[in-house]
Amino acid sequence: MKKILLSSIIIIIGITFIGRLSYLQIFSFSPDQVLEDPAIKAIYDYPERGYIYDRNGKLLVGNDPAYDVMVIPREVKVLDTLEFCSLLDIDIEKFRKQLRRARIYSPRLPSVLVHQLSKEDYARLQEKMRRYPGFYIQKRSLRYYDMNAGANVLGYISEVNERDLRKNPYYVQGELTGRTGVEKVYEDTLRGRKGVQYIQKDRFNRDIGKYKDGLLDVQPIQGKEISLTIDKDLQEYGEKLMNGKWGGIVAIEPSSGEILTMISGPTYDPSLLVGRKRSANYSKLHYDTISKPTFDRSISFEKSPGSPFKAINALIALQEDAITPSTTFTCYHGFYIGRNKKGCHCGGGTRRLNDGIYKSCNAYFVGAYKKIFEQFDSNAAAMDAWEKHVRSFGLGSYLGSDLHTGRPGSVPSTELYNKWYGEGDARWSAVTTYSNAIGQGEVNVTPIQLANMTAAIANRGFYYTPHILKKVNGEEISDPNFVDPKYTTINKRHFEPVIQGMAQVYKRGTAQYVQIPDIEIAGKTGTVENFMVIDTVRTQLTDNSVFVAFAPVDNPQIAIAVYIQNGYYGSRYAGHIASLLIEKYLKGEITRKDLEKRMLERTLESEYAKPYSGEAFEINEYDWSKHAIKPKTDTIPSR
Amino acid sequence: MSGKSLLKRLDWLTVFIYLALLTIGWVNIYSSTFIETDSSIFDFGTLHGKQLFFIGVSFVTIIILLALDAGFYERFSSLLYVIAMVMLLGLFPFGKTIAGATSWYDLGFFNLQPSELAKVATALALAKYLSDIQTDIKRRKDQWYAFLVLLIPAVLIIPQPDPGSALVFFAMAFVIFREGLPLYYLGIVLLAILIFITTLMFGTIWVGITLTLLIVLFLLLKKKTFKVPIFPLVSVVVVAILFSLSVNFVFNNVFEQRHRDRFSLWLRLEKDPAKLEKIRKTIGYNTYQSEKAIESGGFFGKGFLEGTRTKGDFVPEQHTDYIFSTVGEEWGFVGTTTVVLLFTILLLRLVYLAERQKNPFSRMYGYGVISILFVHYFINIGMVIGILPTIGIPLPFFSYGGSGLLFFTILLFIMLRLDSNRLKEGF
Repeated sequence: MKKILLSSIIIIIGITFIGRLSYLQIFSFSPDQVLEDPAIKAIYDYPERGYIYDRNGKLLVGNDPAYDVMVIPREVKVLDTLEFCSLLDIDIEKFRKQLRRARIYSPRLPSVLVHQLSKEDYARLQEKMRRYPGFYIQKRSLRYYDMNAGANVLGYISEVNERDLRKNPYYVQGELTGRTGVEKVYEDTLRGRKGVQYIQKDRFNRDIGKYKDGLLDVQPIQGKEISLTIDKDLQEYGEKLMNGKWGGIVAIEPSSGEILTMISGPTYDPSLLVGRKRSANYSKLHYDTISKPTFDRSISFEKSPGSPFKAINALIALQEDAITPSTTFTCYHGFYIGRNKKGCHCGGGTRRLNDGIYKSCNAYFVGAYKKIFEQFDSNAAAMDAWEKHVRSFGLGSYLGSDLHTGRPGSVPSTELYNKWYGEGDARWSAVTTYSNAIGQGEVNVTPIQLANMTAAIANRGFYYTPHILKKVNGEEISDPNFVDPKYTTINKRHFEPVIQGMAQVYKRGTAQYVQIPDIEIAGKTGTVENFMVIDTVRTQLTDNSVFVAFAPVDNPQIAIAVYIQNGYYGSRYAGHIASLLIEKYLKGEITRKDLEKRMLERTLESEYAKPYSGEAFEINEYDWSKHAIKPKTDTIPSR
Repeated sequence: MSGKSLLKRLDWLTVFIYLALLTIGWVNIYSSTFIETDSSIFDFGTLHGKQLFFIGVSFVTIIILLALDAGFYERFSSLLYVIAMVMLLGLFPFGKTIAGATSWYDLGFFNLQPSELAKVATALALAKYLSDIQTDIKRRKDQWYAFLVLLIPAVLIIPQPDPGSALVFFAMAFVIFREGLPLYYLGIVLLAILIFITTLMFGTIWVGITLTLLIVLFLLLKKKTFKVPIFPLVSVVVVAILFSLSVNFVFNNVFEQRHRDRFSLWLRLEKDPAKLEKIRKTIGYNTYQSEKAIESGGFFGKGFLEGTRTKGDFVPEQHTDYIFSTVGEEWGFVGTTTVVLLFTILLLRLVYLAERQKNPFSRMYGYGVISILFVHYFINIGMVIGILPTIGIPLPFFSYGGSGLLFFTILLFIMLRLDSNRLKEGF
C-alpha cells in the first residue's frame, strides 16, 4: 500500500499541475493581450487631420500647431527656477505646484507643465530648452478656423469619452474625434489612420527595443483633405445678415444638390470650441436654452412652411387634373368653411392660378385643395395621393443627406386623420384638413427641406439629394445617392405655370419690394402664424417670416429658403435677406446698400424677449423703429 | 553476476530525462538572462554562460561518481554527513550573505551552498542508519534517532534563514514511513495542516462544529458491534480545537506581516479589492507576475526569446526560482505540460528503481532522492503557478545555480550508480 501511495501522490500532483496550467494558459488566455501586456507599449504616430476647403478652394479649417511644455520629473536637474519661470512666463508658485503634481502622477512618465504655448513663445523657448534637462516641448495639433462662421456646418472635435471608446475600438484615451457637423460625418476621412509602434519595456518602464523587431508596427495613413459645397463668402455674409435673428437659411445649387450655405441663427464662432477655453465656452453655449446657439435651425427646426407650400398644392392640383391654369376661384376677402368665414389678405376678386400665387390668395388654394379631393372616390384615396406627391419633394424625410443631424419634419396621412377623427368620408374631408392647402396645417418642414423643395421646382420636377461634400483629396464625389436625380411625381409641363406665378410674386406680388436689378427671381413669400405656451396659456407670437426663391428663373443657379422666427410678413425679413444672398452669390457684390445696412443692423431681439418679459405684448408690429439697431458682436469673447 | 559493462547496466531512461530537463532548463535560463548585446553563449561572464560551465562540471562529476565503487557511498555516508553538518555550522562565522540569507561560502569563482551538500549527505546517512541491522524502526527510540538525523540539518538551516531548504529535510521523513513507521503519524501531520488552513479560512468555531458533527455522525452510523473508545476520540477533538485556537494566536502574534500576507494571498483570504491590489504590488508581486507571464503564453507560447514579460524582467528571480514562468510564457501549455510530464516520469521511474533494489540501503537512499526531488518540484512549480504560498526553493536541474545543479546531479547519479550494482549481492 505504501508503495502505491507515493506513486499516486506523484501522479495526482502532476494532474493538479496540468489542470492549473490549462486553466491559466487555455481558459484564461486571451489573444488581445498585446495591449494589456505591461511589457509592451504602443507609441502612436498621429497623422495630421485633413484640411477643409470651401467649394472655391478657400481654406475653412486648417491645423494650428500648439506647443505643450512637458516635464519628466525624475530627469529634472537643479535649475534656476526664477530664470526658467520668467522664460515660460508663469509664476513660481504655479510652476512648483505643477511640478509636484507631475511627480505624484509619475516620476518617469511625461506630464504637461504648461499648456498650449503660442508660436512666438515656442520660437523663443526652442533654443533654450536644451539647458533644462527633464523638460521638453511636445508639438500638438489644434483645429484652426479660417472662417468666422459655419460652426453648425463644420462642427467641432473633442476628446473621446468612455462611450466612444466602447463603441469604436480604434480610439484610445486622449484622442480626438469629430463631435458634430462635417467633423463628425467625415471623421474617418479627415482623421486618417494613426500609426503604431510597439516598444518593448522592462519593469522600470524603460525602452529596451522594438517588440518583435517592429513586425506588428503600422505606418500612419494621412488624413484626407476635403472640399465642401459651401461657399465661404456666402456663408459669412449670411451669418452677418442673421445678426440678432433666429432662424435658418439654406441655399442649394439646383443642378447638383450642393448646399451652398447653411446658416443657423443664433450661432457662434467655431474657434470658441478650440483650445484652453473650450469647455467653459461650450458650457455657456450649451446651457443657453432660450436662444439655443448649438441647435442647428437650418436642418433641425421643424415649423409650418406657410404660403410657399401653396406652390406644391398648385402642382398637385394640376397633376391630378383638378384645375387648369385658367380655372377660377372667387375670393370674398376670405372664404367659407361651413358657416365660418376665414380671412384672406389678397384683396378679393376672381383668381386664376397666376394671381392666386402672386397674391398668395388663401381662397384660391383652399378651393384647389377641395378640387383635388373631388378627383377621388374617397377622401382617404385623395389623401394618399396627395401625401405621395408631397413626399416626392423630399418633405417628411431626412432626405438622405450627409449632414450629421436633422429632423424629418412631418407630412399628414390618411392614417393620421383616421386616428384623429375616425375612418370614413363622413368623419373627415378636404374641409376638415383645409389648413394643409395654405401650409399651416399638419405639414412641418425644416429650412433645408424648403430649399430642396424649391430646387425641385427650379429643376422642373427633380432634385439631387442635398449634400455638403464636394471633393475628397481633390476628386469630385461620385456617390450615386448624390449624383443621380430624384424625380418628383409631378409632370414637367405643370411646373411652367407655377413658376410663372412665382416669378410674378417677385415682379408685382408679395415680394415686389425685394427686387434686385438685372436678376429674375421666382419666389414665394410666407407669413406663418405661430404660437407658444406661456404660463400654460397658448399665446400667439409675431408671425414667422418665410421666403423661398430660385434664380435666375430660366437657368436656376441657386435655390434658397429663408426662415426667420417672428420676422412678421414674408418679405419683411426673409425676402430681403434671400434677395441679398442671391445678389451676393450671382453678382458677388451688393448694389442696394441701404437695404443691406438695414438687414445687417436691425435685430429681432426685442421680439424674442417678449414672451419672457412676463408682460402682455403686441404682435406683428409694423413699425421698423421697434426693432433695435445693434452692430454684430460676439456674446462670448473669442480667444 | 552480470558481465555487462557499467554503461549497459545504467538506467538510460533516467539519464535521458535528466539530460532533457537540463537542456530545457538551460535554454530557458538563456532566454531569461538574454540581453541583445551578448556575443557568445560561451561567455562565462553571463549567467547562462556560467550555467553552461556548471553543466560541464556536472558531466565530469558524473564520470567520477560512476567510476567510484558502489560500496563507497554506504561506507562514507556517515563521514559525509558529519562534514556537511560542520559546513552548515561554519556558515555562522564564515558564511556569505546574499539577498538576506547567509547560505553560501565564497570560493572566489563561485559560491558554494552547503545546504545542497547536506541534502545528499542526509539522504545517505538516513539510509545508512535505517538499513543498519541493529535499527528497528518499530522502536520508539530508533524513530527518534531517525528523526534526529533529519532534524539536525533542518535546525542548522532555518536560521540562515532558508525555510524552503529546511522543509526538504522534513520531507525526507517519508523514507522512514516507507520503512515501517505507522501511517497515523502522517495522518496527524495532515490533520494539523488541514486544521491550520481551515481555521484561517473559516475560523475556529466552524472547524470545531464540523469536527464535532463528524464525530457524532461517525458514532451514529458505526456498526453496533464496532466498539470505539470514546475518550481518546473526544480528546482528539479537544486537542484539535485547542490547536485551532493556537493557530489563530500564532498567525496573529508570531507570524510577521509578510507571512500573513503570503497566506492571505494563497488562501484568497483578502476580499477587499484595494488591499488585494496592494498585496499584488508588494508581497504577491512575484506570484502575480509569474501567473500573468504563464497565462500570456497561451497554448503554444510566444516562442524562444519572444517572451515580452521575460525580456522586460517583470518576474523577479526568473532565472532561479521562477524559471518555470519562462517556460510558460515562451513555450506555452505545450512546454509546461512537457516539463511536468518529464518530472512525473522521472519520479515514477525512481520509485520503480528504488523498489527493485535488493539492498535496503539502496532502496532507502532511493526514497530519499525521490523525497528531495519531489518536494522541490512540488513546491517550486506549485508556487510559480500560484497554488502554493511563496517559498523560495529551486526547481531541480532547471533553476540557475551551480551548487544546486551539481548536488542534484550527484544525488541522482549516486542512485544510478547504486542501481547499476543491484544484482551484486553485498559489496
